Amino acid sequence: MADSGVVTVYGNGAIYETTKKSPFSVKVGLAQMLRGGVIMDVVTPEQARIAEEAGACAVMALERVPADIRSQGGVARMSDPQLIKQIKNSVTIPVMAKARIGHFVEAQILEAIGVDYVDESEVLTLADEENHINKHNFRVPFVCGCRNLGEALRRIREGAAMIRTKGEAGTGNVVEAVRHVRSVMGDIRVLRNMDDDEVFTFAKKIAAPYDLVMQTKQLGRLPVVQFAAGGVATPADAALMMQLGCDGVFVGSGVFKSGDPVRRARAIVQAVTNYTDPDVLAEVSCGLGEAMVGINLNDEKVERYANRSE
Amino acid sequence: MVVGVLALQGSFNEHIAVLRRLGVKGVEIKKPEQLDNVSSLIIPGGESTTMAKLAEFHKLFPALREFVKMGKPVWGTCAGLIFLADKAVGQKQGGQELVGGLDCTVHRNFFGSQIQSFEADVSVPELASKEGGPETFRGVFIRAPAILEVGPEVEVLADYPVPSNKVLYSSSTVEIQEVCIFSLIIMVNLLAII
Repeated sequence: MADSGVVTVYGNGAIYETTKKSPFSVKVGLAQMLRGGVIMDVVTPEQARIAEEAGACAVMALERVPADIRSQGGVARMSDPQLIKQIKNSVTIPVMAKARIGHFVEAQILEAIGVDYVDESEVLTLADEENHINKHNFRVPFVCGCRNLGEALRRIREGAAMIRTKGEAGTGNVVEAVRHVRSVMGDIRVLRNMDDDEVFTFAKKIAAPYDLVMQTKQLGRLPVVQFAAGGVATPADAALMMQLGCDGVFVGSGVFKSGDPVRRARAIVQAVTNYTDPDVLAEVSCGLGEAMVGINLNDEKVERYANRSE
Repeated sequence: MVVGVLALQGSFNEHIAVLRRLGVKGVEIKKPEQLDNVSSLIIPGGESTTMAKLAEFHKLFPALREFVKMGKPVWGTCAGLIFLADKAVGQKQGGQELVGGLDCTVHRNFFGSQIQSFEADVSVPELASKEGGPETFRGVFIRAPAILEVGPEVEVLADYPVPSNKVLYSSSTVEIQEVCIFSLIIMVNLLAII
């Protein structure tokens, strides 16, 4: 199967490889290992250690968490590689880092210092308003954000090996993440019940490649691992995203902008493992101290990061 | 026959799906008492650090050790292999708890970061002659562990030699020319073919 250039992700897939050195299946494989886990934003090696001890399955190395990017403003760029290296040296779990959308040189730098996953993220300021990074050109795997099925499949066609919802990062408000997961899952449910003849038009409507749409229909899910992100702040938020059908959860500002990061980190990890068990969820939600201060998204002055890219 | 799959984190769904394809029922194991209802267990791949933390939170280690000690068949894939090893190196600060039972030394995340991950055909002559099927097995090594040493009781079914110049990660392992890494294939003395 490996000779044909087609890799199996879930079921018999039709995602073609353009680089021989790091097959798509290896890129997707790491994401599969992260399933059922929590990926936490950290800004120092100490925070990375807290996340590791709490049971995070990976950390996202950043200079500023999204909540600070929101409040401080200015251009948000890739973090200092020195900081990412320090964080990488302090933990044994995979380390991810963010590159600006379309900024393939930031991604090259991140690949060179050996990060395990690159997040091409709308939380950072856009570098290219039209094009995303051609992720097939890299050996390092990428995760990208989406608001709906079409956007997810466009990113997968560009080479993303993992998808997350965009949500609204740095708000502590889960409403947008819920909207995006519901949209993806709802579209997949519609697609599954569709006659094969109707898929061509549906693919055109959601502006996604036909073969990936068909593959999604056959699998009944996205052909790569799908995490939730953007606004998850409590164990209940995390379990909600899992019950809605996500494979795992990113927690950005939610942990280290809260009153007791050590306990909250551990509680969110346990909530994701036991997301169908309300007794455990009740137990881990007790006495966590103050959650991060949330932002009400009805306020029009709040910038929507999710709308920065298509 | 019901096979338990430790479902703390990682690719437990994929393991249950494969069992289903084989016509075997796989059940998720998250609590110690659930181990009483199964006769064999699979510990899947995932982040071993995370899985060990969750097993600790769920107080699973005593029950898992008991399960292994009773001689019931246990299969470890990747992180599961690390769980079953008697000794592990390359762990996080402070180490991590292991279940043990398989007499070997395993090196966590032996090859380095994700860009060093790879796929390779591993030759499995013994399995092919005993069980039939192809001579090679497609191995996927994603942030994979390596087995540095095995005890006399352990039968190695397949190995994948690693050129010493490829190993940049740890100086202590550079001398080892041939490492049998097989996380996906079975570590025999514990293992049962379903």
